[in-house]
Amino acid sequence: MSYERIEPQSAGATIPTTGIVRGGQTLKQHRDGVLDATRNTGSYAGLTELSLRDEEPIRYNKMFSRLRAGVVDARETAKRIAASPIVEQEGELCFTLYNAAGDAIVTSTGIIIHVGTMGAAIKYMIENDWEHNPGVQDKDIFCNNDSLIGNVHPCDIHTIVPIFWEGRLVGWVGGVTHVIDTGAVGPGSMATGQIQRFGDGYSVTCRKIGANDTLFRDWLHESQRMVRTTRYWMLDERTRVAGCHMIRDMVEELIRDEGIDAYWRFCYESVEHGRRGLQNRIKAMTIPGKYRQVGFVDVPYKHEDVRVPSDFAKVDTIMHTPSEIEIRGDGTWKLDFDGSTRWGWHTYNAHQVSFTSGIWVMMTQTLIPTEMINDGAAYGTEFRLPKGTWMNPDDRRVAFSYSWHFLVSSWTALWRGLSRSYFGRGYLEEVNAGNANTSNWLQGGGFNQYDEIHAVNSFECAANGVGASAFGDGISHAAAIWNPEGDMGDMEIWELAEPLVYLGRQIKASSGGSGKYRGGSGWESLRMVWNAKDWTMFFMGNGHISSDWGLMGGFPAASGYRFAAHDTGIKELIEAGKPIPLGGDVDPGERSYEKLIPNAQVKRDKQAITTEEMFKDYDLYLNTMKGGPGFGDPLERDPAMVANDLENGHTLPRFAERIYGVVVRETDTGYQVDSKATSERRQALRKARLARAMPTREWMKQERERILKKDASTQVQQMFASSFKLSPRFLAEFKAFWDLPESWELREEELGIPHYGSHYHMDLSELPDVRTVKLVEEE
Amino acid sequence: MAYERNKIADLIDGTIDPDTLHKMLSTPKDEGRFETYLSILQERVPWDDRIILPLGPKLYIVQEKDTHRWVVKSEAGHVFCDYRENWKLHAMVYVRESQEALNEIYPELMAPSSGWQTIREYYCPLSGDLLDVEAPTAWYPVIHDFEPDIETFYKDWLGLEVPERADS
Repeated sequence: MSYERIEPQSAGATIPTTGIVRGGQTLKQHRDGVLDATRNTGSYAGLTELSLRDEEPIRYNKMFSRLRAGVVDARETAKRIAASPIVEQEGELCFTLYNAAGDAIVTSTGIIIHVGTMGAAIKYMIENDWEHNPGVQDKDIFCNNDSLIGNVHPCDIHTIVPIFWEGRLVGWVGGVTHVIDTGAVGPGSMATGQIQRFGDGYSVTCRKIGANDTLFRDWLHESQRMVRTTRYWMLDERTRVAGCHMIRDMVEELIRDEGIDAYWRFCYESVEHGRRGLQNRIKAMTIPGKYRQVGFVDVPYKHEDVRVPSDFAKVDTIMHTPSEIEIRGDGTWKLDFDGSTRWGWHTYNAHQVSFTSGIWVMMTQTLIPTEMINDGAAYGTEFRLPKGTWMNPDDRRVAFSYSWHFLVSSWTALWRGLSRSYFGRGYLEEVNAGNANTSNWLQGGGFNQYDEIHAVNSFECAANGVGASAFGDGISHAAAIWNPEGDMGDMEIWELAEPLVYLGRQIKASSGGSGKYRGGSGWESLRMVWNAKDWTMFFMGNGHISSDWGLMGGFPAASGYRFAAHDTGIKELIEAGKPIPLGGDVDPGERSYEKLIPNAQVKRDKQAITTEEMFKDYDLYLNTMKGGPGFGDPLERDPAMVANDLENGHTLPRFAERIYGVVVRETDTGYQVDSKATSERRQALRKARLARAMPTREWMKQERERILKKDASTQVQQMFASSFKLSPRFLAEFKAFWDLPESWELREEELGIPHYGSHYHMDLSELPDVRTVKLVEEE
Repeated sequence: MAYERNKIADLIDGTIDPDTLHKMLSTPKDEGRFETYLSILQERVPWDDRIILPLGPKLYIVQEKDTHRWVVKSEAGHVFCDYRENWKLHAMVYVRESQEALNEIYPELMAPSSGWQTIREYYCPLSGDLLDVEAPTAWYPVIHDFEPDIETFYKDWLGLEVPERADS
């Protein structure tokens, strides 16, 4: 984390010397003091010694346990208040306790990416003098969902409440839920139709929405009409407020028991404790050195079914994020994302805070699987996100609605780096080939079965396949990187929430990446529109690119596709008692659904991102969820495991021999492995591999010729040109690797496609009276 | 805590019992794992060079027995290069770029699209073992994915003697 101190903008103006923070500092003075002491000592807030923890360890741990239990309890209780199945079923909420400087002390379970995003909102209020206008008082309530200052995307709504003790501010509590709609151009919380943030829906910047523990009437009237799903919006807000107030009460009780001095010390020592904890874990689990990897995702916007308002956005592009992890001998580390592509005219941009904070969600599942998740880990990490990239945009127009499209796909590469470390040390239990790109997202809206204006975003894909490990297969239909407690949800609940009947829900065969250990399988739901009016839906997935590479010989997970059917005639089929499409689209090339509805208007292709498409009753929508990537050479897989995969629908039969070299016979009792034939087949496949391959350096000569001729698709060339412009280093390394002439260059101008934003941009920080908070190195 | 040697062997073989696996995941790491792991692997490889660091199920950084050079070597015995170089540049590669080649290993509509992504398979030149798979766009440089600082790892982190290294 960068410790950059922001100099007061109003130098010379009258600044009250008595602030609201305990001890009399202003919020700004207090944060500056923490940052200065951190920078000067290398320890958070200058705490080179943890006196409370070291002198009274039991008391320290008791306080931690009470606080942690309190925030988890608040989450579990608040979850039941919510009406939205996204919150109630999927647990898309989180509560975090902060110290007065806005640094997280302790967080609940759930969508813990918001440890950082809500902290960024608090820091924004501190740096922009909210203390004096609009004022920060006991029992105030603030709301934020502004992605330009750190939020992931506008549908994550923050409620932030200051905590006072004896008239002075001693901390903050934040609660966040993922709401189902924010009034964007299209319905659903992660819409695709807009290309600028002005279409992303309702945006609220750290607004004071209540005082004396009561929400303002103007806020209630305004906010409820800014979104489509008013009831969910209002109940979600009550969820957040209730949780924040439970935690505030809990903190007050703890202070009464332990005393304010002890609590105050805990608020800062716990962050330094977290920082040291990360360093220790790095030394205990990894290997010092440099790790390099890369992630990609497709943005196929040229297709006719992506209807956006501006011609300059109608281009196919690829988002690109190389990463280098440097682990040093002292256990510190730096994560550098040099070479990433520019932000774009779509909703897949991200703020530096959501990018870095999300990495902590991932790390809690591997490197720091501890309850003590706080900003200490962030202070223990150096991030470099060059300004102008998609994850640190330099333009205030960028949209964020579905920032997850590439967040997930760029983080998955980090698994590979860390896993090389774990594998080298023998901690095979920690190896993970990667996470799935969590999609498809079924979204849409209109009038629902209750005749209300409605929007949907199916969170079924909170349960994708997990990457394979070095000891066994990835878990199937199980998890999402962004919510360690994710779940697919019950069909019955989704059918209550959405006018969509389930005609099938099953494992998606061959969706997990193949390997010695297979990636966990994804799955699919076939939904039939029922009792909807003026209804639309769209697809949000990745079709052209599989972001989730395999590891050490494992293959990437399968990529996605779309299937939708209109004018199906299913009503007539049901009346006639004839078969209708049911269950999964087991082998997409078979087109088995179409055989039952031959006259339907079908969309079945790789265009896995679309904008609103009209649907009516009896129309079909297939929601496919991704598998995880594989580990190790597939020819090393135990043949019995392949047979088991065939039995259970994880692998299509033709791939048993083609990929795994396993020869099976189907018998009355299942698939029987022919061991001798398998052994021969595997030998033959190894020979065939070498027969079709060539030395890498020979292949490089051919590829170099293609580069000199500029022989690649436009989207590939646009990706490189975008990265080259932002990173001279990436360009130099590219030219050196391919031994290209000094004069070789590639610019977007020569590609014949629009490239708005490549030269002209205006950052949020250029607006009057705005001080943005920088938490990463960006030069 | 330390685990019995046979449990580490089970982990390597993919036959680890769930209780031990859970313990391995949920409790602090056993510091001696690396040495046990290395000694099990050393017994299993068909050559006498000393394993310094495993890079994959069939790929290692080793100290060559005769020269004491540190090199990247496959289980089948192919020596790729000095341990500081990118071994993939010295492997055999097969690149799937046409839709037909991509569709060979995925169901129709579930493979990456030609023109967007390629799949590069890196093989051991001796055995045809698949040692790594990359899935970048066309033109993408071969990634040098890991440059371990072995001296610091052995000496400062594990307190082990650093094996002798003869630079070629």
